[in-house]
Amino acid sequence: MTASTSSAAPDTAGTVDREERIERIRQAAYGIRRNALDMGEVQGQGYIGQALGVADVLATVYTDQLRFRPEDPHWPGRDRFLLSIGHYAIALYAAMAEAGIIPVEELETYGSDDSRLPMSAMASYTPGMEISGGSLGHGLGVATGMALGLRLQGNPARVYDLLSDGELDEGSTWEAAMSCSHHGLDNVTAIVDVNALQADGPTAGVLRTEPVTDKWRAFGWHALRVDGNDVAALVDAFDEVREHRGSPSVVICDTRIGHGVPLLANREKAHFMRVEEREWQIARDQLQEGLTR
Amino acid sequence: MTSTAPRKKLTTSAMIASFADPGQRTTSAPFGHALNRLAEERPEIVGLSADLAKYTDMHVFRDAHPDRFFQMGMAEQVMLGAAAGMAEVGLVPFASTYSVFATRRAYDFLCLDIAEPGLNVNVVGALPGLTTGYGPSHQATEDLAILRGCPNLTIVDPCDSVDIEQAVPALAAAPGPTYLRLLRGAVPTVLDEYDYRFELGKAAELRTGRDVVLVSTGLMTMRALQAAARLEADSVDVAVLHVPTIKPLDTEAILRAARTDRLLVTLENHTVIGGLAESVASTLAYAGVGTRVVPIALPDEFLAAGALPTLHDRYGLSTDAVVARIKAELDGADAPHRPPTAWPADPAPATA
Repeated sequence: MTASTSSAAPDTAGTVDREERIERIRQAAYGIRRNALDMGEVQGQGYIGQALGVADVLATVYTDQLRFRPEDPHWPGRDRFLLSIGHYAIALYAAMAEAGIIPVEELETYGSDDSRLPMSAMASYTPGMEISGGSLGHGLGVATGMALGLRLQGNPARVYDLLSDGELDEGSTWEAAMSCSHHGLDNVTAIVDVNALQADGPTAGVLRTEPVTDKWRAFGWHALRVDGNDVAALVDAFDEVREHRGSPSVVICDTRIGHGVPLLANREKAHFMRVEEREWQIARDQLQEGLTR
Repeated sequence: MTSTAPRKKLTTSAMIASFADPGQRTTSAPFGHALNRLAEERPEIVGLSADLAKYTDMHVFRDAHPDRFFQMGMAEQVMLGAAAGMAEVGLVPFASTYSVFATRRAYDFLCLDIAEPGLNVNVVGALPGLTTGYGPSHQATEDLAILRGCPNLTIVDPCDSVDIEQAVPALAAAPGPTYLRLLRGAVPTVLDEYDYRFELGKAAELRTGRDVVLVSTGLMTMRALQAAARLEADSVDVAVLHVPTIKPLDTEAILRAARTDRLLVTLENHTVIGGLAESVASTLAYAGVGTRVVPIALPDEFLAAGALPTLHDRYGLSTDAVVARIKAELDGADAPHRPPTAWPADPAPATA
């Protein structure tokens, strides 16, 4: 690991104590959730449930796995992290602030006029944002091309694509899944956030995507399914897929909407969650309690 | 068709039937060879196709540079997304399929993955307009209309092999995304007889004339030149302004051409909706120029299947039809403007 490359260099994996890694990720996940709550409060509503749910996944990736230079988001050797689900921008801004890519103070501009942090992620607005996701089913296709290109150029960088279980509705996702497999792109890691909820309701009722793991395996992927709110399980899964060769890998992460904040985790699940003004401080307090417990 | 007498009909022939006239000079696969020449100079050039390399002249590149060609299968969405990803890491992709699939099926990917970030991806669409007799599934009669509204996108409709050979390096040199309406196979070679060089964004006056000015794009420039030569024999003096770049449009050249009392006719291998005719008409209207525009274009309808010469005649793109249309306009200058005739669906198409 070079001084200017992030903590997440793969070559540290074997030398840093596993417990230390997990504790560092837990702290980062707390920071991501706190950042997300602060941003949610600016808007009064939003994709806060998803952000809390995916925070452990993003903390694992940004703290422990991804190679990047916070001060140089265009470093050619960086691993690419694609946010296919543009509406998860709140979660990624929270993670990028925690990782030092964007200043924490900037988070209060989230979704405001002239902000670099729009509600839906856009590459042209935000340092470190690789693509403009949001029209769902695009990220994995772009990842396919990046991975083919990096391989052609002899660049060992990896490509991560975060997609959602709802995004598995899109046929283009499966075009790309077939393509990554056909081309043997073992430099691709797909991450599927399975929170079992999409815009019109539970995924099982909108368009059934299960059995998700079987589908990816049938498409030729090395597929692991883990509890996406279990940091130890995430570390083991990401360590394993990084070593895997010959086919692309997918880490299917079952996450819980609102995880880490019981007030929000226990209320009726909603794609776009409304939070009362007085509830934000309660949420922060509950988050703090969870960290110290 | 009321006659019951049997008569020999032309057949649809291959999907990719050449539109070259019998005996016309042609060049084989100009796009593929131009891409090869470019690739030898620029190592970052890569090619992709969606199971149509052989039918878009991309096979020429594939065979010469197998390591830089990517077969993406019959999956146009991932082809364009992947082309964007390749451009993101510094490659310069040319991605080929049929125009109908690049535009109708994969538009969201062309728009958001390629055009919005302004990536240097060059989308190559074969069978533009009416260049196949296979019917609406393969006839990209509205590709320009779909794409003209896409910000950042440069759109080129070449006339012949000369245009294609010169456009390929120009498109790669342009920093942003482009769409090329590909003519493939045995492509007519026409423009080498004129003092012409393809210049991105520029129209070119191929011949001057006092009576009529034909503003044309794509393969219709070839027809415009043929029509002009035929009308010359009837002492009608016809100018031809070739407009290979549809967007950004060379509005200065068009306004110069229109600010005369000549009959102004546009010619395009595309529906009359949203292509060259409306581009020229809006250019004139926005500039306060009141010149009437006579559009020679495909009608606003799904076209028939059949043999290409039959269809070009029927829908007004053949040289005969162009000459007849211009003469009619010259003869009946007071006639009210009518859009191209909407032909009724043929109850007995050529393939029946």
